[in-house]
Amino acid sequence: MKKLPTQKREYLAPPITEVGFIGWLHSNLFNNWYNSLLTIIILLLFWQLVPPFFSWAFINSLWNSSAAECRDIDGACWSIIPRNVDFIFFGFFPEDQQWRPGLAMFLLLGMVFYSKDRNRWKKSLFVYWTINLVVMGTLMYGGVFGMPVVETAQWSGLPLTFMLALFGMVAAYPIGVLLALGRKSRMPAIKTLCVVYIEMIRGVPLISLLFMSSVMFPLFLPEGVTIDKVLRAQAAIILFTAAYIAEVVRGGLQAMPRGQFEAADSIGLNYSQTMRLIILPQALKIVIPPSVGILLSAFKDTSLVVIIALYDILKTTKVTLSNPQWTNYSTEAYLFLALFYFICCYSMSSYSRKLEKELHTGH
Amino acid sequence: MNREPSITTDAELVPGTAAFWRDPEKRAIVFQVVALILVAFVSYYLYSNTQTNLERQSIATGFGFLDKEAGFEIGESVFAFSASDSYADALLVGALNTIKVSFIGIFFTVILGTVIGVSRLSSNWLVAKIAAGYIELMQNIPILLQLFFWYAIFYESFPSPREALNPLSGVFLCNRGLVFAVPEAHAAHAAMGWALVAALAISWGLHRWGKIRQARTGQIFPSILVAIGLTLTLPLVAWLLYGAPTGMDVPKLNGFNFKGGVTVSPEFSALLLGLVFYTAAFVAEIVRAGIQSVGRGQIEAAKAVGLNTSQVLHLVVLPQALRVIIPPLTSQLLNLIKNSSLAIAIGYSDFVAITNTTINQTGQAIEGVALIMLVYLFFSLSTSLFMNIYNKKMALVER
Repeated sequence: MKKLPTQKREYLAPPITEVGFIGWLHSNLFNNWYNSLLTIIILLLFWQLVPPFFSWAFINSLWNSSAAECRDIDGACWSIIPRNVDFIFFGFFPEDQQWRPGLAMFLLLGMVFYSKDRNRWKKSLFVYWTINLVVMGTLMYGGVFGMPVVETAQWSGLPLTFMLALFGMVAAYPIGVLLALGRKSRMPAIKTLCVVYIEMIRGVPLISLLFMSSVMFPLFLPEGVTIDKVLRAQAAIILFTAAYIAEVVRGGLQAMPRGQFEAADSIGLNYSQTMRLIILPQALKIVIPPSVGILLSAFKDTSLVVIIALYDILKTTKVTLSNPQWTNYSTEAYLFLALFYFICCYSMSSYSRKLEKELHTGH
Repeated sequence: MNREPSITTDAELVPGTAAFWRDPEKRAIVFQVVALILVAFVSYYLYSNTQTNLERQSIATGFGFLDKEAGFEIGESVFAFSASDSYADALLVGALNTIKVSFIGIFFTVILGTVIGVSRLSSNWLVAKIAAGYIELMQNIPILLQLFFWYAIFYESFPSPREALNPLSGVFLCNRGLVFAVPEAHAAHAAMGWALVAALAISWGLHRWGKIRQARTGQIFPSILVAIGLTLTLPLVAWLLYGAPTGMDVPKLNGFNFKGGVTVSPEFSALLLGLVFYTAAFVAEIVRAGIQSVGRGQIEAAKAVGLNTSQVLHLVVLPQALRVIIPPLTSQLLNLIKNSSLAIAIGYSDFVAITNTTINQTGQAIEGVALIMLVYLFFSLSTSLFMNIYNKKMALVER
């Protein structure tokens, strides 16, 4: 019998172009001639653009100075933000009372972070939210505990933006669910009404509804009754969002297998029991991620109230910019706002993606 | 004995045995009647309130105002418009401006969105990451803020016409917009237009003929190459036949502004940039999803039967990807049209902006808002009709 060689075989190390950092570069940036060309062009562009931007934004910039000092520099004048932060965030809310909206926003953020965990989605969460909203409303409106009353017309800036988006969503949800049920209904008259409403609202821009709220609603009301401008805009946003929620919920209803309806019928449940106990709990669970998407677009859309002269955070920024001292620093102000919106929206959209993954229990 | 089981038939159950609220059909009728009465009542209530309010404030009703003199100037218009023209003309200018920005916007959005969507899937890490970053950034910033941003860039960062940037010869960038040279008006241009139409018609005919020939003989006719060649050469021939006019209408500084050439206003540019950059991010995601929906096996199979890269792309990948892409793409393009109404915030004279001016002047808010809704419903419905026809053409033909 022939003896097999026992000494260890020497393995060659893989070529340096295939592993480690160089291997990564080779397979991700320079794997063929046009990718190499693209990489080089992009790097050249970065080289051209990034250093000037960096020196504009960070090196030659001023962070907390007067407008006069800003005039002498080449860089960004970020001072516009800290010097006007009260007005940008809280607008016309009386200055000595601004701790109130500040505290309210803090409570809201706390509540949002608390609700992120799905283990806390119980009835108690609903109660907490109700209590929180009442407390926030009291803080904003005042009239008790020695806090002077602040009319809704003076609510502006960040609280207005959050309020329009949040209440727009909360109030629109039940309407949207009803509309979706109506659209799936077998009664022709009700189905037609719902379809016409949904399609009409989805066919027109939000701005036309906001115009309606600012110039047409007052004509609808009986003599002597007036509704505040903020509330009218809120109503328009609710009516608008409801139509989009209806379509999302309809998607959830359509995803329900027929067997669920038939099973509910066979154990003798009537329509409202079937919907309340069997269909909606499942359908609404499916549509949680797209609903967060609707909340996100409702949040972005609140910025449109600028056009009917409500003072949301975008409008307060614009008012700041109309101050002759700060007129020339709109790039800085808009970049700051863009960062604010981006942080809010990005966290919402990544949360929605996370939920989608977690709730996807099928195959 | 074989006894038949007794069956209670419907006929025995129905007539008058159950109370009407236990009969789902009758109950449905009652529900619907109640709902309709409710809607009618609310409408009547709003209508009568509106009537009293209108009478009290002595606001005219009806569309009679359309024939009256508008009395305001419009910044930019597709056709000549002056303050002495009627409101109807002003509204038409607005509608055409909306159509103009929507069409150009849709054109660039589809191109940019496709490029970014494909880049997102690039094997080049840098390109894929930049595309992904672009998509996240644009989707998460409200479009109105983006419009303000671009508008501010135009107004603040660009110099006055006297110190206009001159990136290419004959092209000027300043705070009055983008000004560029165009060829001087010449009879050759009309001929070139006709030559282009002829080239397209011939290409289409050749394409049909090529298909028929391919079905009969199996020979492939390079219809795309021929079409590109025709559309380039025929207008060129027409241009040469007319003596190859090269006169250019170059913009010249005249006082505080440019004279000659074509000016694209800062309002239009900002609106177009905002709409295109914002919507392209959404379109890119749709394109990416569409391409990813075509299974790997499809591409491998196509390569296995010997198709080359471009054939794989337009015979196998695209027809299947488009089926997934078109419905959501339609809704994004509709969003672009609807978002063009934000023009009012930066002073571009679109339909909403002009209707708003009309409402402020005449006080006829109801007619104005109704017009806005009607026009946008018309745009939306006609776009979705067009896209539905296209979608039906692309849809899977099942046997």
